[in-house]
Amino acid sequence: MSKYSIFSLARNALSYHENWSRAWRSPEPRSHYDVVIVGAGGHGLATAYYLAKEHGITNVAVLEKGWLGGGNTARNTTIVRSNYLWDEAAHLYEKSLKLWEGLSQELNYNLMFSQRGVYNLGHTLQDMRDIERRVNANRLNGVDGEVVYAAELKRRMPFLNTSKSARFPILGASFQPRGGVARHDAVAWGFARAADAHGVDIIQKCEVTGIRRENGRVVGVETSRGTIGAGRVGIVVAGNSSVLADMAGFRMPIESHPLQALVSEPIKPILDTVVMSNAVHGYISQADKGDLVIGAGIDGYNGYGQRGSYSVIEGTIAAIKELFPIFSRVRMNRQWGGIVDTTPDACPIIGKTPVENLFINCGWGTGGFKATPGSGWVFAHTLARGEPHELNAPFALDRFITGHLIDEHGAAGVAH
Amino acid sequence: MLQIDCPWCGPRDESEFTCGGEAHIVRPKDPDSLSDAEWADYLFMRTNPRGAHREQWNHAHGCRRWFNVVRDTVSYQISAVYKVGEQAPGDEQ
Repeated sequence: MSKYSIFSLARNALSYHENWSRAWRSPEPRSHYDVVIVGAGGHGLATAYYLAKEHGITNVAVLEKGWLGGGNTARNTTIVRSNYLWDEAAHLYEKSLKLWEGLSQELNYNLMFSQRGVYNLGHTLQDMRDIERRVNANRLNGVDGEVVYAAELKRRMPFLNTSKSARFPILGASFQPRGGVARHDAVAWGFARAADAHGVDIIQKCEVTGIRRENGRVVGVETSRGTIGAGRVGIVVAGNSSVLADMAGFRMPIESHPLQALVSEPIKPILDTVVMSNAVHGYISQADKGDLVIGAGIDGYNGYGQRGSYSVIEGTIAAIKELFPIFSRVRMNRQWGGIVDTTPDACPIIGKTPVENLFINCGWGTGGFKATPGSGWVFAHTLARGEPHELNAPFALDRFITGHLIDEHGAAGVAH
Repeated sequence: MLQIDCPWCGPRDESEFTCGGEAHIVRPKDPDSLSDAEWADYLFMRTNPRGAHREQWNHAHGCRRWFNVVRDTVSYQISAVYKVGEQAPGDEQ
């Protein structure tokens, strides 16, 4: 792997940028790997990278039915934050945020990680009580946060509708200064390039069609490119988690829903932070190239079609217009949907399955992007040791049997 | 936007309805006799198929009645609508 630097940029400029080497190989699958990871999204690729870097396990394949980073990794609204209410969630997401800080340098890949801060607005007295409680909980957990009231919000964002006559008046917000955004494609590409440099095989257009088991233990996967043996298998397939679990013969507490997002035409810089609102249900930031990036809630029905309904877009835009009347005449450029795997407690499932040596990392629902490095880090530990790390142990599948749910619904988990 | 054929009101826009998730989940008759795993299966586990899905819908901004729908979760095409208590299409023996 050639290192990217100002010198490599200058050197390649001399040949009109026509001789850059490929960022990763496209190898043929081998017959057996120590670890097979199903799904080459950000989480799967991060898992492969940390398996190699932290645990020295490099005989690893990442299988992807489509193209690398073509699923939810490229479909989210790129928000990164860690201000979750409950200890388990705060520790997991904060681990991830700490990894984000410095990740561009570590991967030698510009992730355009921008800590421009994230606001979560409050519109009622109860919202504000919840925000104060959450910010206090965050600070006790070492997560940065402050409570900001309407007058200060107006000073920081004069075009935010803080009018008292608004239908859902804004009373204040929580603010996490270390939150922000990152370029989602670059995250997949950066992890892919770094994992490939460690010898990990990334195999695209290779769909897993079956999970091979012997005596209750996984021994490999059937794929569209033949059978691949494996010591351990990790499933990291977001919206398709139930489909893979079905192949392995167990049930999941997951429903797959379309989640839509849209971007506007590029406009001049106006919004230098991220604004989210659970009450009117919309969130917005401005990409470096000028488009407003807008997202909201899931469509109500189960779906795998990577598209949703127009009525949800209408509701999202209405929410954004309520917050920022100034954007009412901005035209939208593109709209799309991704399939998110929602769980009953709005928290992920990371750990063992009923099949020995088969592990799963899923259930990130509408908010997985922010967790990409941390998710890969804890899942690599789980795959390497066969046991969860203390950070992901509370997120075991059997919490739905023991009743130890981590209820982030409403607390911080609705809008991501 | 889906168009849903309410058994009582006829075809209406999806925005008049709310989806109630998987249909035909029967509450166990004697919860006390279940193991934690069996109770969790009833409470939390879902089939979540990629393909035909039998689900409950409520005509919230209409007659406010519940009914069942068979819908493909990839094409989103609705293939059948039937009332609560009626047999699901394809289940006739």
